[in-house]
Amino acid sequence: MKNLIPELVILLGSFSFLIIGVFAKNLNKIINYFIPVLLGILILFIYFNFSSSLSLFGNSYSIDPLSNFMKILVLISVLFTFLISNFYLERTNINQFEYPIILLLATLGMFVMISANNLIIFYLGLELQSLCLYILAAINTKSLKSSEAGIKYFVLGSLSSGLLLYGCSLVYGFTGSVDYTEIAKVAIGQSGGLKFGLVFILCGIAFKIAAVPFHMWAPDVYEGSPTSVTTFFTVAPKVAAIAALIKFLNVPYGNFISEWKTIIIVLSIASMFLGAVAAIGQTNLKRLMAYSSITHVGFILAGIAIATPQSLSAVLIYLVIYVFMKLGLFACIMSLNRNGVYFENISDLSGLSKHHPVISLCLTILTFSLAGIPPLAGFFAKFYIFLSIIEQKIYYLAVIGLLSAVVAAFYYLRIIKVIYFDPAKESYNKDIGYGLKFSIGVSTLLILFYFLDPSTLNFIVDNITKNIK
Amino acid sequence: MSFPILSFLTFFPLVGVIFILLRKGSIEVVERSAKNIAVLVSLVNFFVSCYLWSKFNPASPGFQFVEESKWIANFATYKMGVDGISIFLVILTTFISPICIFAAINSLKKRTKEFLIAILVMQTFMVGVFCALDLFLFFLFFEGGLIPMFLIIGIWGGERRVYSALKFFLYTFLGSIFLLIAIIAVYWNMNTLDIAKLLNTKIPENLQTWLWLGFFISLAIKLPMWPFHTWLPDAHVEAPTPGSVILATILLKISGYGFIRFSLGLFPIASHYFANFIFVLSIIGIIYASLVALMQTDMKKLIAYSSVAHMGYVTIGIFSFTKQGMDGAIFQMISHGVISASLFLCVGVLYDRVHSRLIKDYSGLVNSMPRFAFMFVAASLANVGLPGTSGFIGEFLVLIGTFKVNYIVTIFAASGVILSAAYSLWLCKRVVFGQFKVNNSEEKLKDLDFTEIAILFILMFVTILLGIYPNIILEPISSSVDLVVKNITTIK
Repeated sequence: MKNLIPELVILLGSFSFLIIGVFAKNLNKIINYFIPVLLGILILFIYFNFSSSLSLFGNSYSIDPLSNFMKILVLISVLFTFLISNFYLERTNINQFEYPIILLLATLGMFVMISANNLIIFYLGLELQSLCLYILAAINTKSLKSSEAGIKYFVLGSLSSGLLLYGCSLVYGFTGSVDYTEIAKVAIGQSGGLKFGLVFILCGIAFKIAAVPFHMWAPDVYEGSPTSVTTFFTVAPKVAAIAALIKFLNVPYGNFISEWKTIIIVLSIASMFLGAVAAIGQTNLKRLMAYSSITHVGFILAGIAIATPQSLSAVLIYLVIYVFMKLGLFACIMSLNRNGVYFENISDLSGLSKHHPVISLCLTILTFSLAGIPPLAGFFAKFYIFLSIIEQKIYYLAVIGLLSAVVAAFYYLRIIKVIYFDPAKESYNKDIGYGLKFSIGVSTLLILFYFLDPSTLNFIVDNITKNIK
Repeated sequence: MSFPILSFLTFFPLVGVIFILLRKGSIEVVERSAKNIAVLVSLVNFFVSCYLWSKFNPASPGFQFVEESKWIANFATYKMGVDGISIFLVILTTFISPICIFAAINSLKKRTKEFLIAILVMQTFMVGVFCALDLFLFFLFFEGGLIPMFLIIGIWGGERRVYSALKFFLYTFLGSIFLLIAIIAVYWNMNTLDIAKLLNTKIPENLQTWLWLGFFISLAIKLPMWPFHTWLPDAHVEAPTPGSVILATILLKISGYGFIRFSLGLFPIASHYFANFIFVLSIIGIIYASLVALMQTDMKKLIAYSSVAHMGYVTIGIFSFTKQGMDGAIFQMISHGVISASLFLCVGVLYDRVHSRLIKDYSGLVNSMPRFAFMFVAASLANVGLPGTSGFIGEFLVLIGTFKVNYIVTIFAASGVILSAAYSLWLCKRVVFGQFKVNNSEEKLKDLDFTEIAILFILMFVTILLGIYPNIILEPISSSVDLVVKNITTIK
């Protein structure tokens, strides 16, 4: 039971905050400071129990280094989201007391997804997460765009959940089990229906990580949601869904590699390519970031498709670096406010370097890193993926991936161009609050100095991935 | 363990950057201390590289001052070292950097502090490129240099700076992805990225062709070789003067170095296979670029095309696989670095005063700026390859080297010498001589001030010194070149 403490703490915590929120509204502020501390403690807790490996509830819920790793990543994303949203929510007048609670419940859903060892549990976690995300997207009730984002996300999300559930039922129908390890055992001689199930489930997951051709919702939802929520969307749900995807492909469908490999490669190529090309015409930073994360998901999927321990390590490293890059970048975007009005167009960055040299420098480093320019961390992330692709001699995937990286470099460079080369606008508020400063500083420093010691992270993830299958 | 002199050379500029960033106070104070720190750091670096030269053992063909430490587990090591081929490129870098910094302090009007930071970061990457003895490390430095150069062109450049900066960046980035794939493929086939080890092992023949092509695309874009040269004129024209100098003197030399070290060293069979291909491209490059240079109306563009032509000699020399050709190629790289730096600085002097780079806006400058006229004509003559200047030695050695192998190539390449005389001298005639007129007015221009004279004089001194006594370079590089030539000729 000790290993379930994080889940229990989050569950009980969110319920008690709900009660406190209803009866004592003035305690809101204290809760907002309390939650980051709580999350920090949980991160430490998981970190100290990192290598524990066991399965609970009749083998339907498993805790292992992989799930612990992903949970820490999710917790880091949530922690940063809290740090950067306090100020923002106050300024934009959307700090309802439900906001932190829904975020925590979404986190719980992600934890369940990550640890699920059973189709039903997986689906429950996914739905808990998704329902919370729908609400979060629409949490700014005064904004038409936010409501639109919520509805859009809800309608399309339910459709994909339906597909996923249908896939699960097919798998159950053909194997007579929902347990991952049981399915793997039965599946050896099977084909036909199981493959259909696989395709449906993959569609569902691809929707959650916004892989092309299931990406249509992402730009609209990212643009419409409040920026702090968008930050959360770009990192945490992707980490959780990718963790679930890795497990799903390698445990129950471990013997079907040749079947799903092609599907994932197609998804990957489409995402890398479309994400890179479609981003060129964007003017809104959040939309741009949506396409940028589609491209990144493409790279991650390429790593998953290769499915060697090395490539899975590369995927985990990519996720870590991706999380910090995006968190830092969104923190920079959220620092652009002038008297309570937040700006999110690329043109609003015009000449930022004149009045805000530090933020500009951080934004530049993060953007170059997203583009994958050495010696920044983003380069290493891509590099490890390509290292494992070329090991398997799938040269066409490497060439397409790198070409799309060049196309993507164009729109990243455009951001830098606007910051440094264009004429300066009015200055933004100088006081951006400690949470933003901390987030920007930490993520930039990590991205900038990653190259000094890449081995430590390699060592950790190598230990995780060698036991996945 | 001895003092890690190469790491010091590479990373000391970054220490300067940190000091510049940490300096607080009013804008004037910060700018002034930034200038002082940048000058100090770059001069210290130059003297340390001179010390390196004095300790360099010319008799040994292998790598010296080798430093090695663990970096990425099981994959890449942090390994630095220099041999005869790279040491002078390192010294060229540390020699040009203070000159750029002086030029920048003298001519830049806005954001000097940031510019100095960019140059210092650039210096780190460029010294690192020539010292790296691990392919991955090499790639990191090779590619990292894009960031500061992009910003230099984009922030401090001329009117079309955004277009040029993007073109420069994307073009080079596109090339380097093939280099990256090739490097990874080398790793999976040879299980090491240590250049010293790779030089001693034989890479399977069927792989060599593809890997050679991967390296070639990237290096040819960076050199730049015809038909991949189109980014260079744009980048040169729009970059600020110190930026053009760095671009011409150091960035273009990375490729020459890469061809010798990697194409010849790692893929000798493929190099033989593709030698004629390189000859053809280089000859087209020399003649085409020279003809285009003749017709330019913009001085910087003219010099940029002349760079493309001169780089053609470098590749011809390298792929002649003879000692003379190789010597000539390396010599030509150093000499072109110095000469093109002085030409760009001369144009920069004019641009600072008149804000025009067009040839037709100037005429008869000798009447108003005699000192400038002297320096400009001298640099142009060196560019032509007048005997007594370093340009002559480089081209002459290359032509001797290729004559042994293929005299038709020599004939065509030699025609480039005539063309270079044509465009350089014509440029001098139009700009320096004739009746004095600038922008249709007859107002006098200020002649060179002390800093400009000093910078141009130092460059001129080096040009002539190398022209009269080329052994300064040819002797130390001799044993390393012998080794490369021996390796490549025995393979056939």
